[in-house]
Amino acid sequence: MKLTKTTMALAAAGVIAGAAWAETAMADYDAYTVPNLVYRTGAYAPNGIPLANGFIDYFNMLNERDGGVEGIKVNVVECETGYNTKVSVECYENLKNEGQSGALVFNPHSTGVTYALIPKASEDKIPILSMGYGRTSAADGTVFPYIFNFPTTYWSQASAFIKYVGEKEGGMDKLKGKKIALVFHNSAYGKEPIKTLETLAGTYGFELMLLPVDHPGQEQKATWLQIRRGKPDWIFMWGWGVMNQVAIKEAAAIRFPMDKFIGVWWSGSENDVAPAGPAANGYLAGTMHAPGSDFQAIADIKKHVYAKGNGAGEEARIGEVLYNRGMLEAVFTAEAMRNAIKIHGTKDIRGEHVRDGFEAIDLSEADFERLGLKDFMKPIKITCENHEGNGPVAIQQWDASAGKWNIVSEWIEPMHDVVRKLVKEDSAAYAAENNITPRKCS
Amino acid sequence: MLYRETGQFKRNYAADQQLFPIFQDKILLAIIVTVAVGVIPFIINDYWSKAILLPFMVYAFVALGLNILVGYCGQISLGTGGFMAVGAYSSYKIVTAFPEMNLILAIVLSGGCTAAVGVLFGLPSLRIKGFYLAVATLAAQFFLIWMFNKVPWFYNYEMSQITAPPREVFGVLVSGPQASPAAQYLFVLGFLAFFTWIALNLVRGRVGRAWMSIRDMDIAAELLGIKPLKTKLLAFAVSSFYIGIGGALIFHIWLGTVEATEAFDILQSFFVLFAIIIGGLGSVLGAYLGAAFMALMPVGLKVVLVDWIGMVPVTAKHIEFILVGSLIIFFLIKEPHGLARMWQITKEKLRLWPFPY
Repeated sequence: MKLTKTTMALAAAGVIAGAAWAETAMADYDAYTVPNLVYRTGAYAPNGIPLANGFIDYFNMLNERDGGVEGIKVNVVECETGYNTKVSVECYENLKNEGQSGALVFNPHSTGVTYALIPKASEDKIPILSMGYGRTSAADGTVFPYIFNFPTTYWSQASAFIKYVGEKEGGMDKLKGKKIALVFHNSAYGKEPIKTLETLAGTYGFELMLLPVDHPGQEQKATWLQIRRGKPDWIFMWGWGVMNQVAIKEAAAIRFPMDKFIGVWWSGSENDVAPAGPAANGYLAGTMHAPGSDFQAIADIKKHVYAKGNGAGEEARIGEVLYNRGMLEAVFTAEAMRNAIKIHGTKDIRGEHVRDGFEAIDLSEADFERLGLKDFMKPIKITCENHEGNGPVAIQQWDASAGKWNIVSEWIEPMHDVVRKLVKEDSAAYAAENNITPRKCS
Repeated sequence: MLYRETGQFKRNYAADQQLFPIFQDKILLAIIVTVAVGVIPFIINDYWSKAILLPFMVYAFVALGLNILVGYCGQISLGTGGFMAVGAYSSYKIVTAFPEMNLILAIVLSGGCTAAVGVLFGLPSLRIKGFYLAVATLAAQFFLIWMFNKVPWFYNYEMSQITAPPREVFGVLVSGPQASPAAQYLFVLGFLAFFTWIALNLVRGRVGRAWMSIRDMDIAAELLGIKPLKTKLLAFAVSSFYIGIGGALIFHIWLGTVEATEAFDILQSFFVLFAIIIGGLGSVLGAYLGAAFMALMPVGLKVVLVDWIGMVPVTAKHIEFILVGSLIIFFLIKEPHGLARMWQITKEKLRLWPFPY
């Protein structure tokens, strides 16, 4: 009896191994493969779900409304990572040759995973769109030809925050002697802005308080005790997942003025503020696009996808900040694919063609109107040399009684001279360490 | 049937003491070696390398190290993730400080660094045992990870995420994105084969017997003349050496970039501990089987549920959580001594087939 069970177990193991051999054979003709690394499970799932929904809904809408991109359907293949780097690497290797086109672009959705995939994807000639996250110095297209992090980066965003604070304080010279605390996720992601903020602290003479919070971020009592003792004038936050809502609740508990508390754009979604209730009213966060569902493209998604019962999530949650961000990733991806088809004059595109498509992205106000996204964001232009696109940053504010985000600032132009210099230094160091010869861009 | 040993006689001590005394085991081993060296390097691709074989081999390596400490010497450790991080970060420091150094030497040196750290954290084992020691080594896990995230010297004052620079071994690129899957596979396989051979000999010799006597009853072992200090610290040193090399291989070959807080967190310690419990404590084969179970079962389930049945990935993930958890419980109920013991029983049955008792 025992023997039969063991044999069965061994046979099952054999079947599973055989399955893995066979899986690459599946080809999906007449469709573009756009894989998406998502996390609908794990510690960061509440944020991962709307991101993933926005992405897949937009492509499903294009498939229904226009028959895909330039008449070819788009097959969005999700791979569940649980925000784990090792699983993400497995997903990447599994999906990179999927379908007839192979993977056309990867969205890693985590700064750690982006770092892991940068060298590999550059070698495989598959572009990575790390939209507003990932390695900031990848903005240098001469060293990182396949990595894109437009519309702007963490470093640009940090400099925009300083400009915003300077404006609120009545001039950049008033920053002298002010104290700014940075509450950050204690990882490569959270540490991204430190260098920029330290540089700017030297320039403008404000004092920087660094307060790390460990993953996942439920425990922050000590951090906020330090804030009560240190009495900073402003707080910046580089958080993700549950860390954000805990921080906002703690800030409310010590009665820190919410309109002096600015989160990075990954700390500014409905999930982050809603748990704190009315206390979160007035909380600020950076953003790269408008919130809300008042756009033609979203109306199309409701009409072509949700009305037919094919929606990925709940219809009521369309228009949330992270949903719109997922959709924006899909918009950029689709536009890059369109550009690639135009540039190369063929519908038989691969990852390297889409790379050229990304470098040709030049979206004006009129283009956004054509896409059904009037006033969704500012015009953006990517070049071979500049993969960041120098997009501006806006500040949005949470209105707790209405339960929605409103953009309350002008679109702030980041300090490009400061950031570009730091980017050049860092990418040059990376190139030296990894024997990369920067390519010529003209 | 298959394992019938009739007619296999030992004529001298050397024949009696060889690693694989049974003829059928030698055939099995020869087949495995032929496939591993003669077939796989020619057909391996990126997916098989990065998603299946490298994870399996590096986890087998780390599990082997932990099994020496927990399985053979009976010292429970939850610091595995921290020691893997020591291996990864020290090898990073070594290869960036001495770019000309051979990668093999650098990785072995990083194993040495980890051994030193392991001995340091093994010192409490002289006073405390069992769960109390598990808690003490847990402190190693938290302290080491905190240190690698906090002190910029360890990551060369860049971001706390470290990236493996491209390095050649005997003119063949083995780390970095351009390295071929076959070269990376053979590199890790070489490490694994060599150190498995060392471990097999270590655990059946004087040292291994001393470890096992400490595990079974330390007071009796002391009365027999085995010095607990030396023996326990040696177990910590050897175990950490293996774990450190495993961490360095994860960093240089498999992932190419790691962040201490993410790649070597407490869950890694549990993962490897589960691997040796399921595989079989106090068994070299158990480390292999446990690593295969823990590292490959999720991938296999994903292939079956998503690619074959066509399930939505997130649903498949939830079912995978349930299935892997249930399978662990099932295996432990059916065979508390792990998969290695199951294999041993299978061998016994095959010896008497078709009428086993």
